[in-house]
Amino acid sequence: MEDKKLYTVAVFTENRVGILNQISIIYTRRKLNIETLSVSPSSIEGVHKFTITAYSDQPTIDKLVKQIEKRIDVLKAFYYTDDEIVYQEIALYKVPTPKLLVEPNMEAIIRKHNARILEITPEYTVLEKSGHYEETQSLFEELKRFDIRQFVRSGRVAVTKCTQEYVTEFLEKRNQRKEELEEEWKHQ
Amino acid sequence: MSNQITGAEALVKSLIAEGVDTIFGYPGGAIIPVYDVLYDYQKELRHILVRHEQGATHAAEGYSRVSGRPGVVMVTSGPAATNVITGLSDAQMDSTPMVVITGQVASASLGSDAFQETDVIGITQPLTKWSYQIRSAQDIQWAVSRAFYIATTGRPGPVVLDFAKNAQLEKVEWNDYKKCNYIRSYIPYPEVEERDIDAAAALINAAERPLIFAGHGIELAQAEPELKALAEKAEIPVACTLLGKSTIPTAHPLNVGMLGMHGNVAANIATTRADVVIAVGMRFDDRVTGDTSAFVKQAKVIHVDIDSSEFDKIIKTDVAIHGDAKTVLQKLLTKVNSKKHTEWLASFEPDARIEQEKVINKDIFATEGPIGMGEVAYKVSKATGDKAVLVTDVGQNQMFSSRYFGFTEPRSIITSGGLGTMGFGLPAAIGAKFGAPERTVCFFTGDGGLQMTVEELGVILEHNLDVKIILLNNNFLGMVRQWQELFQHSRYSQTPMINPDFKKLAEAYGIAAEDVETREQLDGAIERMVAHKGAYLLNVNIDPLCMVYPMVPAGARVDNILLSREEKYEPQR
Repeated sequence: MEDKKLYTVAVFTENRVGILNQISIIYTRRKLNIETLSVSPSSIEGVHKFTITAYSDQPTIDKLVKQIEKRIDVLKAFYYTDDEIVYQEIALYKVPTPKLLVEPNMEAIIRKHNARILEITPEYTVLEKSGHYEETQSLFEELKRFDIRQFVRSGRVAVTKCTQEYVTEFLEKRNQRKEELEEEWKHQ
Repeated sequence: MSNQITGAEALVKSLIAEGVDTIFGYPGGAIIPVYDVLYDYQKELRHILVRHEQGATHAAEGYSRVSGRPGVVMVTSGPAATNVITGLSDAQMDSTPMVVITGQVASASLGSDAFQETDVIGITQPLTKWSYQIRSAQDIQWAVSRAFYIATTGRPGPVVLDFAKNAQLEKVEWNDYKKCNYIRSYIPYPEVEERDIDAAAALINAAERPLIFAGHGIELAQAEPELKALAEKAEIPVACTLLGKSTIPTAHPLNVGMLGMHGNVAANIATTRADVVIAVGMRFDDRVTGDTSAFVKQAKVIHVDIDSSEFDKIIKTDVAIHGDAKTVLQKLLTKVNSKKHTEWLASFEPDARIEQEKVINKDIFATEGPIGMGEVAYKVSKATGDKAVLVTDVGQNQMFSSRYFGFTEPRSIITSGGLGTMGFGLPAAIGAKFGAPERTVCFFTGDGGLQMTVEELGVILEHNLDVKIILLNNNFLGMVRQWQELFQHSRYSQTPMINPDFKKLAEAYGIAAEDVETREQLDGAIERMVAHKGAYLLNVNIDPLCMVYPMVPAGARVDNILLSREEKYEPQR
């Protein structure tokens, strides 16, 4: 068996109730733990995009993606390794303001991590950082000593490095097919 | 002009518009409005009242498998909906088109643990092709047309429509019904890639020892003529899966028998010698492959399937052809050369002879000792001219009857292959008789499986259905007993059965019945059963220690074959 790697699965679906369940049970069946999950409307109206990461091996992820794509309401499903995509996660850190105020090097930390401050109140400060897992984690490690009260990291979002836009092409072909069928219908 | 009808009536009219004429079902609280409408549509829609909802699903499967049309099931919510789960799972595994309508509590009560509420969509999603909850009468035409389109096209399968009670009662405008023929996200019949056809044809034309695996997909695509034409043109032997057994006549000279655990020796051994395998509409089930790491390793594998998720799922393919079996075989036929494979065909002979001598002759031509299952199946098949529809339950009765039944026509074997559902047989036989009333239906079962759905004898009684029931009664859960004997040192844990008087039981349902105790009684009893107009039960007293051979133990290489308690297969050359 090949070593397990982090795979990013991108699923484009119709906007319908119950699709997340249909996708997640396919992971469950193969006992794959979902590391991150992010769902949002895509750039195409009516099409939703799921971005899911999980550790697996290539043969397993290949079968899994085919079984996801087989679901009726799924338009297309793909899988990628990290070198095939540009990806990002976002993290928020809520830290007690009084603890930050005693830190002489706050500017250096913000600069080094390229973090942003979203809100400051007398009680707490919220910092934001986007980046790869290691990058958001590294800021987390650094802020630990300030007694982080809340920390949250989003699921991964990703775009492909490939120049071909398969989903757009797929939808164009499907719409063409629909028009053909409507023509046939008229002639009947 | 406004044409307002209730959602319940819209459902019934939609079913009729889809060509449905038979429904298997059982009424209940959350589906009463639809049953009320059915009362007015009895001429157009025949409703068969089963005795348990599981029976409705298997009857619909039997109906579909014999006729090629979708089976339709209607039940209420809650326990009725959970009772259809086994049938849904069975239909999903064996690619059987089925539309199941479950009643559901009113939308406003959903999620409140209302009386007879169950999360039907949640529990059916993993084992159906599609499931959808109709919460508004406006959705009915859309949902029903999609349900039939999805269930019957591509790789067929079961679909659930969960029909909320408020949607049954609401009024909706009835317009002309339009069948669905397009879903953006679903491509049932992919365009076949010519380069895949060319690659496959090149492999077949260069092959010296080609072998076809014929699966259920051939039956679903009605590709039996193309299978025969391709096999004959290039003289390629055909090995069948259990569900593919009637895709080519049993007596066809190129039919080398069944693959798998209890398949034919020559067919299994050929998988270790073939240089090119053409697997059509089959999915390399573990009961076929045995040890997958050794299966067809020496061969180039061409896999034809309409479901691309089957490619490389179990066996790595050299050429995968994504498409409908009929279309693909037609295309292959034009590119495959006429050829003779005399030597290859002759090489099946020694293995076939071994099986004939060591297994078959003992199974069907025994003259002493208790009656075996094989001889009963063989004799019933001959008495019906090899033309009957064979319906089986699961276990030894299934293996013996499918091994020794002869097939001359397509759509003649109805059995639970993938799920192996005990209790499948009786309702499936009932459904098959409704689906093909002109054909003789022979149902082989065991004393275990028959009792799992025995309540459906009531349907036979009610409709005076002519189903021949051959009970191979060994007072054991025979297949488990066989495994216990072989692999558990004969520790018969919970397999001996204390049984009722099956003859009396049948007679209580108005079914003619007789007990067969000895071999001398068998021929006469079969003759009487076949000649009898109407249902008949033969309760055949079988050797309690009866074993199905040949047998490839689970997970073993397919050339590791047991021929009897004492003997293993030895290679013939």
